[in-house]
Amino acid sequence: MSTPLRVLVTKIGFDGHDRGSRLVAAFLRDAGHEVVYTPPWQEISAVVTLALQEDVDVIGVSSLATDHLIVPDLMEALCDAGLDHVEVIVGGIVPDNEIPLLTDAGVARVFGPGSSREDIVDGVEELGRSAQQRKLSRGGFEA
Amino acid sequence: MTAVESTQLALPGFDAAKQRWEDAYTRQLPADSDVKRNRSGIEIKPLYGPDDWDGTTYLDTLGFPGEAPYTRGIYPTMYRGRTWTQRQLIGLGTPEDYNERIRFLIDNGSTAISLLPCNSGFRGLDCDEVPFPLLGTCGTVVNSVDHMDQALAGVDLASISTAMNDPTPFTLLAYVLGVAKRRGVPFDKVTGTSNQSDYISHYVANHMFYRLSQPGSRRLLVDHVEYCREVVPNWNPVSVVGQHMQQAGATPAETMGFTLSTAIQYAEDCMARGMDPDEILPRFTFFFDVSISLFEEVAKFRAGRRIWARIARERLGAKDPRSWRFKFHGQTSGVDLTAQQPLNNIARVAVQAVGGILSGLQSMHTDAYDEAITCPTEETARIAVATQNILREEAHLCDVIDPLGGSYYVEALTDQMEEEILAVMATVDAAGGMYEAVGSGLVQRMIGQSALAAQNRIDRGEEKIVGVNCFQTDDDGVPPPPMRPDADAMRKHVHDFIVFKEARSQADVDRALGQLRRAAQGDTNVFEQVVEAALVGVTHGEIVAALRDELGFGDPLVVA
Repeated sequence: MSTPLRVLVTKIGFDGHDRGSRLVAAFLRDAGHEVVYTPPWQEISAVVTLALQEDVDVIGVSSLATDHLIVPDLMEALCDAGLDHVEVIVGGIVPDNEIPLLTDAGVARVFGPGSSREDIVDGVEELGRSAQQRKLSRGGFEA
Repeated sequence: MTAVESTQLALPGFDAAKQRWEDAYTRQLPADSDVKRNRSGIEIKPLYGPDDWDGTTYLDTLGFPGEAPYTRGIYPTMYRGRTWTQRQLIGLGTPEDYNERIRFLIDNGSTAISLLPCNSGFRGLDCDEVPFPLLGTCGTVVNSVDHMDQALAGVDLASISTAMNDPTPFTLLAYVLGVAKRRGVPFDKVTGTSNQSDYISHYVANHMFYRLSQPGSRRLLVDHVEYCREVVPNWNPVSVVGQHMQQAGATPAETMGFTLSTAIQYAEDCMARGMDPDEILPRFTFFFDVSISLFEEVAKFRAGRRIWARIARERLGAKDPRSWRFKFHGQTSGVDLTAQQPLNNIARVAVQAVGGILSGLQSMHTDAYDEAITCPTEETARIAVATQNILREEAHLCDVIDPLGGSYYVEALTDQMEEEILAVMATVDAAGGMYEAVGSGLVQRMIGQSALAAQNRIDRGEEKIVGVNCFQTDDDGVPPPPMRPDADAMRKHVHDFIVFKEARSQADVDRALGQLRRAAQGDTNVFEQVVEAALVGVTHGEIVAALRDELGFGDPLVVA
């Protein structure tokens, strides 16, 4: 495998159900990537700061109880911070009719219940590589 | 377990007959057949007989319903006398939305009510200080006595019990008491339960409920028990919750072990304050997941009853049999439900509910089939209640008490689960008790390992889930639309709340918050001041903020 990706796995909003985010973090670590894991209940500004400090390629937001509804606010904050090369994925419970709310805001993928470990790892790797490419092409530094 | 030497059995010919069956079984069994284990890791044999359980310890280990050790049930009559309470956990939208839903459910057979507050409230915040899109999507926005009054409009507080999902500092009970006072209902007529009073389970399983620091919550819980004992004597101030831990990945045996260890911690904390165990334990209740692993769940609950009776009597020194009874609410397990082919969940919930009934639970919530996708719609909530009605009225499940008692399998499994549970409790004891064991992350690590092991079994296909890793379909059908509160109604609710705050007597609010802070700084009862503050219009967010300031922020240890 080439350079490991740096992935931030987090939860924003008010829900604390973290079984899924902990499992996804374990899957990605097992696949050789560097995972920055946060507790639930993160403020959007804290996620942006962490993404900057840790120079991540992908941010995975876990949402089990409607916190996806404020993911568009996160996308805007990332953009404002110059982090629009970072790919954002959302995993968990997102009703079908609310997926466009996320994709229109720039979320790259939504992983629903039943997504396999391979789907998630492959998806993150594909997105992470393109994020790394974009960063390099705009003259960023390699971590 | 008390495996019996077959030579002790007064059954001439048993050994030869068993050998014949074993030979036939081995011969006919497919070569690729696996060893079976339940979710707690106990190996399950293909057949159980009198060499696994022979009934000679009946009086010590089972006894009769209503008598220690209560393995067969905590009341002499069980469902012949009174069936379980149907208590659906409900929370959505504005207090008016909630009121409409509980009236609907009561009309459809619910016999008690519960209130789940909005996740923003769980985090200790008022509706005017959080992102608007999240309000009321996962619970009802209740931040004041006025809100509770709207939520409980038309509900007679003197005759219907009201469970509140109400972690420390228990503002929802304070608001219920505010409503009771307005309506002239004496506090000793108010019945119900402080669900989610179990701060340790929140700390461990990282649900949405964590608000105050561990030491602050520890003190508040004891204050709450002490206050209720004096002022709201028919209220259950403690609900020890196994559900969060099992949902987070603990096995059924781990869940029961951690939960009983938590109950010991709370009882000992109250006793250290000088309370007599017989004054408090009769008001301890438990709250569990009921998974689809039916026999394992039945054994879990039967073993749990037996262990608690022994602990209450021998370890905690309770003399009143009411203190020894393990009263529990069961909720059908959401983790077992799938977003794929969601209608299949109706079948899963029915099986889980049968397990709960066969376990002798005291009250039950059945999940709606859209649980894995959204808060229930009116139609899915109706089916969930109807499932209980069908099981109670049509299935003849209530005719016989502990109908699985005496099954060789169930009795042997109950003994084995008891051993597993006791081993978990011994691990917790060795770590210095539950409070210490979660402070060090031990319990979180054990749960995380079990969650990963369970996921690995699903990924390898060892544990099958229809629609997920077998019998998948390309089209899972049209999922029910998610429940979202009406934005205009919610905006008005927030607006009215801001107007209400401006119209209050600020002097009263300041005085009440001052008293609350002083109680927290000193050693008088903090919950008493929470109630006083609620009565003069102090809001939920204001109370939690003041106590966070004095007692420390709730920032659970996260073990990734």
